Amino acid sequence: MLTAFDKRLLNIIQTDLPLESRPFAVLALRLDTEESVVIERLKVLKEQGFIRRIGPFFDSSKLGYIGTLVALEVTNVHIPQVAAVINSEYGVTHNYERDGIFNLWFTLFSHNQSEQNEILKKIGNLTGVVRLINLPATQKFKVSVQFTLL
Amino acid sequence: MLDELDKSIIAIMQEDFPLVPEPYRAIADKLGISEEELLLRLKQYRQSKKIRKMGAVLRHREVGYAANALCAWIVPDERIQEVGEMFAKIAVVTHCYARVTQPGWPYNFYTMLHANTREQCTIIAKKLADQAGLQDYIMLFSTKEWKKNSMQYFKNNNK
Repeated sequence: MLTAFDKRLLNIIQTDLPLESRPFAVLALRLDTEESVVIERLKVLKEQGFIRRIGPFFDSSKLGYIGTLVALEVTNVHIPQVAAVINSEYGVTHNYERDGIFNLWFTLFSHNQSEQNEILKKIGNLTGVVRLINLPATQKFKVSVQFTLL
Repeated sequence: MLDELDKSIIAIMQEDFPLVPEPYRAIADKLGISEEELLLRLKQYRQSKKIRKMGAVLRHREVGYAANALCAWIVPDERIQEVGEMFAKIAVVTHCYARVTQPGWPYNFYTMLHANTREQCTIIAKKLADQAGLQDYIMLFSTKEWKKNSMQYFKNNNK
């Protein structure tokens, strides 16, 4: 269970990890506690799985990567093997089975368009893949995975 | 343009952040640079928006957001900007993109929603639809997670 302190800590650290020599001391000041308490609590929250990752989150397009969302219609029996090939791609970050005609959805980051085309061609030709549609973004309005814990 | 040191910094920053009093010094030591240089470069990335956030990402299932739905919408082209700005303001909408359509797939707008249950996701989507005056949307609930991780930039053959 998360304590009231944990929730305050998580709410702050979700948006604001200071770029300063002693970041946890800065957070401790805001939370009216000691640096060592912040560090110990973060270790526990990481170990218990509440925190997935701490650090900088980069804008992929500003680092020169191109991203896309891809939907596949796959015959049910072939889903595990198709999913395994998709997962083996380094630039695939999310791969979910979903309800609907298009039952496998993944996100892919590539260095350039021809690399993306090559990967999608390979996946589209896998046994069991009935159809593949590529849905690159035309506009991004929000990417912000933050949850206010009350 | 990113130089080789930038790429090394970005790659190492994807790894576990050291939970020690001077984490940036620990990382800088591994890179063989000074803490000052590392902090300077990180601040530059933040200024140029290469870093979109410096902080923690939580596992949403563990913190009480067990359900997520990808909602695909049909938004008239002339309303995309307005609807995008409207939906982006809503806290439980974590991702909001306009995307191309494909033959037989008319949806041109996507949101990720997070809530405790599927029912709550459905209620939220209905509210968004009412607020924006949109009728055509579908909710694509995930039934199995095959992969989920953060992108490991510049780790593939040093590209």
